[in-house]
Amino acid sequence: MSTLTPVSPTPVSRSGPSFASIYGETLLKILVPILVVCTLLVIWQVGVWVSGVPQYILPGPIAIAGALIKDWGTLSPALWVTTKITLMSLGLALLGGVGIAVALVQSKWIEIAFYPITVILQVTPIVAIAPLILIYSPSTQVALLICAFLVAFFPILSNMVQGLKSVDHNLLNLFDLYGASRWQTLLYLKLPASLPYFMTGLRIGGGLALIAAVVAEFAAGSAGAGSGLAFRLLEAQFRLNIPRLFAALFLLSCLGVVIFAITSFISWLALHRWHESSLKREN
Amino acid sequence: MAEIDPITPPPPKQRRALLVMKDVSKVFSSGTVALTDMSLTVNGGEFVSLLGPSGCGKSTALRIIAGLGDTTSGTIDWPSSRINSKGLPDGDISFVFQEPTLMPWATVFGNVYLPLKLRGISKAAARADILAALDSVGLKDFVDAYPRELSGGMKMRVSIARALVTKPRLLLMDEPFAALDEITRQKLNDDVLRLWRETGITVIFVTHSVFESAYLSNRIIVMKARPGRVHDDFPLVTSAERGLQYRTSEEYRATCDKVSRSLIEAIGFPLADGMELH
Repeated sequence: MSTLTPVSPTPVSRSGPSFASIYGETLLKILVPILVVCTLLVIWQVGVWVSGVPQYILPGPIAIAGALIKDWGTLSPALWVTTKITLMSLGLALLGGVGIAVALVQSKWIEIAFYPITVILQVTPIVAIAPLILIYSPSTQVALLICAFLVAFFPILSNMVQGLKSVDHNLLNLFDLYGASRWQTLLYLKLPASLPYFMTGLRIGGGLALIAAVVAEFAAGSAGAGSGLAFRLLEAQFRLNIPRLFAALFLLSCLGVVIFAITSFISWLALHRWHESSLKREN
Repeated sequence: MAEIDPITPPPPKQRRALLVMKDVSKVFSSGTVALTDMSLTVNGGEFVSLLGPSGCGKSTALRIIAGLGDTTSGTIDWPSSRINSKGLPDGDISFVFQEPTLMPWATVFGNVYLPLKLRGISKAAARADILAALDSVGLKDFVDAYPRELSGGMKMRVSIARALVTKPRLLLMDEPFAALDEITRQKLNDDVLRLWRETGITVIFVTHSVFESAYLSNRIIVMKARPGRVHDDFPLVTSAERGLQYRTSEEYRATCDKVSRSLIEAIGFPLADGMELH
């Protein structure tokens, strides 16, 4: 007989670390990066003052903040346009990516037939097809939306396909054994099992949607009232209004950070109770 | 092989054959012959162990019984069950895999609810049955826990509760405790025996452990590999209640000895006279 290994039967801790320790650590996690960023800003400002670099080459943080306030009337509608395009394209990419992934895994032949097309769409640099999309779309906004959609869509699709295919075979057998319908298997097994993959796709797709929205606007060269931050950025560059360029850049990275934070939070909400990726390792 | 075993008569109401396998063979698409001409009649209330070396087709046989995978030839009959469209007895079979096979995103409650949910039973209507099943494996206090919060043995208990919640007539277990430590395994063996006695369920238990099969079963089927087939089929009777006392009794030792010899014959080791079995 094999050796006896004494193992306590049920060592289960369901309360986690105390509130105070979590709270303290979270506070530090927020304070330390803020401190680093502030220090860098101060160094930047002092550097600009000391070296006497002209503002049209490198403005300091104070000048940029000034431009942000002064040009808010121009920048805020542009920020709204870019936000709208990013979120709408991400939403469409989520619907499309998940929908097509579900369709692709239904049969081997659907996948064999359509997967290459999605790969071609992905590997073709989006800037290269932007002019074409511009020709065919009714308005620049729609063109931007299509570009951003195409870029954000693929990581969601490929992650979702991967997730739907990596369902535990024993669980699939179990569902078969209990006579689950295709629909039940999809709803109760395949979709929940691919949730971690979906969340990865969401986080990547969120970032890419913003990048694509900016790049597409560069390519489209849109102008006028309905333009987004990318156009304002180019415009500021042409006019050598570098503080405003930095202000537009600042808003873009803020938008990026917010999208990242929201997608990460959604991911945490969905996974923190059960998935390894959201668990703290304690040994 | 097919006769009702006269030494351990099952309770009268369950004397009818539950499962009749006739000349079942299975050849995988790779050409591997997993099972040849396996015939087996299992009566209601039996605790049958399929024992054999790896590659003897015991797990394949179990999966075929469960309807996971077709036979290449031969028939499987369920003389006393209502048959559904898939040719399986309607809701009469449950399966416990080697791994707990729990959904990590669902709580213990959600996992045990699954078979009932798939039948379209509402959570409220299923609640009492789920709690009863969890109670029977001693996990009533872990209803809202997630699988990752449980130890290996507890996960296996959840898996057993899920198998029992549909009140099946036949419980198929595929080396369920092979990955557990010895103490947990012994405890779960006792639990399975208790559930078997209490519910009158029929169990087919796949194992490669002589000691486990000798402890649990009232009938052992020893299988042979390459190709997988039945080597021996004999009943086991014990005078004593199976428990801690029984594990160290001479009777248990003799039973293990008998089962070991049969297994060694099946594996084909030449065994010299007077050689001890371990």
